[in-house]
Amino acid sequence: MKRLSVLFTALLVAAGLHAAEVQVAVAANFTAPMQQIAAEFEKETGHVAKLSFGATGKFYAQITNGAPFGLFLAADDATPAKLEQEGHAVAGSRFTYAVGTLVLWSSKPNFVDAKGEVLKSGQFNKVSIANPKTAPYGAAAVETLKKLNLLDAVQPKFVQGENISQTLQFVSTGNADLGFVALSQVFQDGKITNGSAWIVPAEMHDPILQDVVILKRGENNPAVSALHAYLKGDKARAIIQRFGYGIR
Amino acid sequence: MLTDTDLQAIWLTVRLAALTTFILFFIGTPIAWWLARTRSWWKGPFGAVVALPLVLPPSVLGFYLLLAMGPNGPVGQFTQSLGWGTLPFTFWGLVVASVFYSLPFMVQPLQNAFEAIGERPLEVAATLRASPFDTFFSVVLPLARPGFVTAGILSFAHTVGEFGVVLMIGGNIPGVTRVASVQIYDHVEAMEYADAHRLSAVMLAFSFAVLLGMYMRRNTPRKEA
Repeated sequence: MKRLSVLFTALLVAAGLHAAEVQVAVAANFTAPMQQIAAEFEKETGHVAKLSFGATGKFYAQITNGAPFGLFLAADDATPAKLEQEGHAVAGSRFTYAVGTLVLWSSKPNFVDAKGEVLKSGQFNKVSIANPKTAPYGAAAVETLKKLNLLDAVQPKFVQGENISQTLQFVSTGNADLGFVALSQVFQDGKITNGSAWIVPAEMHDPILQDVVILKRGENNPAVSALHAYLKGDKARAIIQRFGYGIR
Repeated sequence: MLTDTDLQAIWLTVRLAALTTFILFFIGTPIAWWLARTRSWWKGPFGAVVALPLVLPPSVLGFYLLLAMGPNGPVGQFTQSLGWGTLPFTFWGLVVASVFYSLPFMVQPLQNAFEAIGERPLEVAATLRASPFDTFFSVVLPLARPGFVTAGILSFAHTVGEFGVVLMIGGNIPGVTRVASVQIYDHVEAMEYADAHRLSAVMLAFSFAVLLGMYMRRNTPRKEA
């Protein structure tokens, strides 16, 4: 009986040490890699990572109004910096976990050529982009079109997704012929999964730096610091690269 | 105070709601009339279908509409065969979606009004040799007038308050599909909280005024009686 209670206590202590939980706010474009990273992380550490996916601006509003997130993987570097400045994030915990790659994608094979010349032809009904005012991939798309001197010609054909997932959804349902999305959404194991794409060269726009930051709510949570550290590790970085992101 | 794009969004919202309400009067009246008069077994299932948008998440409605009206969907194939293109990302796409979305708000008050009239006035009209058509316009319509006013107000207001469906099929195009509710969402996402507050206040004042007007109107006849 005594032995049993000792075992029971030991189990409880072990559970207490290991079963910490972290609520993570994740930029929509990072959905697929983060699911893999979280699965690996949970397997290795025993912690539980609860993931919420959405637009960075929306997360900002929720975090500044008391949302229970411990860790925030943003789609940009400005929002985490702003959160830190305003005292909602832990100072010094920011780093770039991924560098985003923009891609012009169509669900139809052979619709987009390897150089993106299709944009000049004007032979498409709509171009889906993320809201350039709020989403870094949307802003990068506009910047790219500006550099190609095509912004005025293409802008009337814009349809805007609320976040990058919806931007992709407009294209994958065939409602828009083309869309500027994150490479990670249509890329796996070193190639485009389906349809056709032009991977936009990095020099066409400012780099899309995606920063992570520990939020005040997660300051003393062991699972938060564990996941924060895990994102810097080789395993996570390998997954991140496999989905077409750059790393720093 | 309000920016030009805010005013553009408000004007678009008003146009969408007015047009939707106008169309709903023509679609909703026969449906409500049939539901009020029929003894058919189909009354139950049909009434349930009309009421679906009351309980269905807008995301479900938006998702189905996006697929159905898209180039590979049945509605999309039909509109393309007529040379109209596809409906998502267009003003008319929003009108079609809003007609579905606000249908119960038109049908149910009308159905209640028609049921409240009862058989008697219709029988009297028939004995006076009024045709069913004549009966409808000279007896039913005047008697059901309060129901029409309520139905019109509710359909208009409910369309103004639409958000999820528009977000799913609109594509957020200024002047075409960016209605006031989406514009507010945009302001919040862009952290422009002052702009979000101003437009939100307008929406709040409008919604309250509409409901106040309706409840005051409802109370007045009782006092007179």
